[in-house]
Amino acid sequence: MRDVYMVSGGVSKFTKARTDKTFQPMVKEAFDYAMNDVPNLTIDQIDGSVASYFSDHFQRQLMSGIMVQDYLGLCPKESKRVEGGGATGGLCFQTAWADVASGRQDVCVAYGFETMSHVNTWKGNEFIALASDTNYDYPVGGFYTGYYAMMVVRHMYEFGTTREQLAMVSVKNYQNAFHNPYAQKKLKITVKDVLNAPMVAYPLGMLDICVMSDGAAVCILADEKMAAKLTDKPVRIASVGCGTDAMRMADRPHGEVILLPHESPNDYKGLKYPGVHSFRAGRMGAKLAYERAGITNPLEELDFVELHDAYTSSEIQTYEDLGLCKYGEGGQFIESGKPNLDGVCPVNPSGGLLACGHPVGATGLMQAVFAFWQLQGTIDKHFGNDKLQIQNAKRGLIHSHAGTGTYVTVSILEKPF
Amino acid sequence: MKKKETKLPETEEGTVLFNVPFPEDLSQLKKMSPIIIKWPYHIDYIHSYGQDSPFFAGLANKKLVGTKCPKCGYKYATPKYHCMYCGSECDWFELPLEGKIHTWTTCHFGGEEFLKETPFNLILVEFEGVDSLLLARLIGLSQDEIRIGMKVKAKFRRNSQFKPTDVYFVPAE
Repeated sequence: MRDVYMVSGGVSKFTKARTDKTFQPMVKEAFDYAMNDVPNLTIDQIDGSVASYFSDHFQRQLMSGIMVQDYLGLCPKESKRVEGGGATGGLCFQTAWADVASGRQDVCVAYGFETMSHVNTWKGNEFIALASDTNYDYPVGGFYTGYYAMMVVRHMYEFGTTREQLAMVSVKNYQNAFHNPYAQKKLKITVKDVLNAPMVAYPLGMLDICVMSDGAAVCILADEKMAAKLTDKPVRIASVGCGTDAMRMADRPHGEVILLPHESPNDYKGLKYPGVHSFRAGRMGAKLAYERAGITNPLEELDFVELHDAYTSSEIQTYEDLGLCKYGEGGQFIESGKPNLDGVCPVNPSGGLLACGHPVGATGLMQAVFAFWQLQGTIDKHFGNDKLQIQNAKRGLIHSHAGTGTYVTVSILEKPF
Repeated sequence: MKKKETKLPETEEGTVLFNVPFPEDLSQLKKMSPIIIKWPYHIDYIHSYGQDSPFFAGLANKKLVGTKCPKCGYKYATPKYHCMYCGSECDWFELPLEGKIHTWTTCHFGGEEFLKETPFNLILVEFEGVDSLLLARLIGLSQDEIRIGMKVKAKFRRNSQFKPTDVYFVPAE
């Protein structure tokens, strides 16, 4: 396999509703931004693409991918769509990586989008809930916030996690997003505000949950030779990993913890894993990505993490899956300040999904673009201020997650220059 | 003091519009506002429960049935016809009608289909000696009364709708 580099990225600002444009020109905004950032790249030099979008229901349009492909002027180059719920963007990023790593393509464009505004929020929640078993789960009261709420209620029971700790995640991410011009929501909030927000599904309130959005994001990946021609600040994709778990939460087993290099079986005596309190797919994705990148102590060796915080609870659970702390210590981890912007390992310096929004197919690619700019050291150029630039960031992790932890991707990005 | 609600709720009732103004000067068209229309969509699916059908037949007869792997012995409270662990074809067995709350939530909002039923409780039920869980509604307790580990018992609708909500749970004591 060849080394793969990210050479450019672009995001069309996520927003509640883009009624001014249909999805194709919305993707073109992100694509043009990425193309303008590598002026030496011509459309001729692009070998193919991967399209990322989650739902055909939202637009009531099948084969949206090819409509983007032709609008961007990429026909008749090779292309395909990937889909895996909330992790669609992460899967797309890794598929584009594989197209370049295998030698099939030298330059590959990963584009992702979602237009969720075509239906009202509650119909949108109904569509999303169709991503649960329609024989046994959806008809009981299909609602994703309800599913994640049940998972965190068990996390609270097993480990003593509190609603205040969940709220601290929201406060941190909104605080970061305040300096991110791409953020969909800019709020100055306190733990009390989060706790007092209207309850959606106990213990998750309105400010514990990301919003639906319209938006697009684009990543351009290349082999070493093309990367050197296109930019003096390429970012190497050091490794990719992915894990899966059963669709029905009821089916999640009670077995042994999958251990990371810095853990031992003694750490988890008597803990039934993953149950519904942890994401085995996230742990598997992390284990593979760490092994392939030679990471043995993630907290020490990662300079930042952009993870899938569709719910504040998922961020806490994901600290543990990624081994930033042990299982059960996610609540203390947020209290310790370690994931803060000025902490040992900033988590979601961009503001994450909570503040930036979650147009499903674009989200995982948006995380890649923000991580890419961090490692390039170009946050100031793209954000118009450098408040969120992590000084000397050399290695970052991006994490994309499908409900309720069914597909999870983990990719490690590194600064080679 | 609680902030007063100063926003009318958004509805999907619209006006039927048969024409819009059009400029003489076509260069003005780029400044046009988007035309947004209502586009209804209704489908009746012909949905087969397939290999899961006995579970629903069971509910109609006030019985809960799960599946058991004859090879590795794994017991599924939510039926799986083939074992996830060894791939064998499973057999049906009768589940107890009493179990414990493994985890729970109270939904104050939901998907559009269930919005009118809010607030409602969801629980995952664990049964003694059974490896996997069952998702169901819990009736009769409010958010601040529900605890993990509480004993619950199954109740069935008299007129079956052939949906998993034909069974629901209530406190056992």
